[in-house]
Amino acid sequence: MANLPSNQTDIELPHPQHPVDVARALAPRRPATWVLSIITVVVAAQIVNLLLTNPNFDWDVVGQYLNSETVLRGVVMTLFLTVTAMTIGLVLGGVLAVCRLSDNALLRALASSYIWFFRGTPQLVQLIFWFNIGLLVPVLSIGIPFGPTFASIESNTLVTPLLAAIVGLGLHDAAYQAEIYRAGLISVDEGQLEAAQALGMKPVRVFFRIQLPQAMRFIVPPTFNSIIALVKGTSLVSVIGGAELLFSVKEIYSQTYQTVPLLIVASIWYLFITTVLNGVQFFIERHYGRGSSRTGSSSIIARFFDRRAAMRNLNRGMES
Amino acid sequence: MTLPILRISGLRKHFSGVEVLKGIDLEVHVGETVAILGSSGSGKSTLLRCVNCLEVASGGSIWVGDELMGYRQESKGTVRRLTESQIAVQRRQVGMVFQNFNLFPHWTVLQNIADGPRSILKLSKADAIERSMTLLTRVGLADRANAYPRQLSGGQQQRVAIARALALEPALLLFDEPTSALDPENVSEVTDVMAALAASGATMLVVTHELGFARAAADRVVFMDDGVILEQGSPAEVFDHSQQPRTREFLRQTLV
Repeated sequence: MANLPSNQTDIELPHPQHPVDVARALAPRRPATWVLSIITVVVAAQIVNLLLTNPNFDWDVVGQYLNSETVLRGVVMTLFLTVTAMTIGLVLGGVLAVCRLSDNALLRALASSYIWFFRGTPQLVQLIFWFNIGLLVPVLSIGIPFGPTFASIESNTLVTPLLAAIVGLGLHDAAYQAEIYRAGLISVDEGQLEAAQALGMKPVRVFFRIQLPQAMRFIVPPTFNSIIALVKGTSLVSVIGGAELLFSVKEIYSQTYQTVPLLIVASIWYLFITTVLNGVQFFIERHYGRGSSRTGSSSIIARFFDRRAAMRNLNRGMES
Repeated sequence: MTLPILRISGLRKHFSGVEVLKGIDLEVHVGETVAILGSSGSGKSTLLRCVNCLEVASGGSIWVGDELMGYRQESKGTVRRLTESQIAVQRRQVGMVFQNFNLFPHWTVLQNIADGPRSILKLSKADAIERSMTLLTRVGLADRANAYPRQLSGGQQQRVAIARALALEPALLLFDEPTSALDPENVSEVTDVMAALAASGATMLVVTHELGFARAAADRVVFMDDGVILEQGSPAEVFDHSQQPRTREFLRQTLV
């Protein structure tokens, strides 16, 4: 053991007169990082330059149409389609998820078949299909199954582009949403359900008070993923003539041929809507993060609000 | 002696063909503390979980007071399974403490305890909070009422879980290895609470590996092996004068 220093006096210090202190250590040299940073900055500068100097962007045209009446009507329609389809998706998706997790084999089979079909065919195909439902079922009627009918209406009269869009987007979204709910629900620890049952809670209460609130932490992030996908998915409705955002700008540029600036107008609005949704997501996630240490959120908004909360606590502490 | 609060007769349970309980007969009287010992796989946890219907018995019967747990006798002599909602009502007279505490992480300590009295016993908010605070004081955690479960140590969480079970004033308390998930230094704070509870006259059925607790706090010790009750008696009878070689072997290995 002679070659192992047993105490400090055995180590030969290089400069005994200068004890080492790492507090003032320099950063390590990273030449590769420097090269890559320079390349990145040059590419970014080129993109900015392109955006500012390329006359084909027609930024003045973008400004001119950004809040024009036609475009704003398109934005409202896009929002309306998103909200209605989302509502159908959230509600029907919940029903489907509960059916898929049910003890009843018939309900499980029905829900599984629904999800299999609506997840397995393209959304665009479904939209066109609903718009043309009159080809399959010319007359829709209300009555006793296999018995007399009370009222009927021609499919082509009832199914406008708007209705086809709501039904098509909503039913498609429900299939995805069902799987998001199911993933969240089965992620809740079995012991939580047993503890609630042992306390004498009835099944409905166990579901809404114990299982669902804990599942929400796993449900919210993918749900916003799918809502944002839905916002952009509404642009497919332009194919069946629904006057949403993309359809509105198309209407303009088909006459003025200012294709690029008008597509930019649409993109700015889509980005605006999804940015607002990001903010909403942050607050909902924070609500369901109660009692957990890991919120997983370290975005700029999160840091801003965390700092504000810290300041509030500090002020409160100083007052008392 | 008084009427037993828990009567288990001929209880059988099998999981996909494997017989875990092979005919269990056991009675627990009001005010009694019964400790169930046995090696893992002997069926002691399954027995406990059958009592409050977390597992559905395959045969035999379990009576808590005058309730046939999980079933209903019909006038023509048939027996019918109850729905989950009906079983929920039966479970209210049986409290349970789990190995992994299973406190609700999205609720504070106070909410965990007060929810039962509030929503199940329909107490007023003030009464539910008062009862919860009394119980929290009893388990020595009144100052942690507004903490979330994950901010507490394992021993503290288990004491909250005991308070939560007590809040519904159950006729019978089940403990499923309540100290097995704890760090060694946290075990005694939980067994102390349980011993005080036993001394105060609570009726308890405790599955445990804490032989010291069983000897000191239990009125009766039951030794289970391979799905049957091999032996039962007072702690002195089972620990010091066991009649069964299998019990003596278990005690020797556990005490080492």
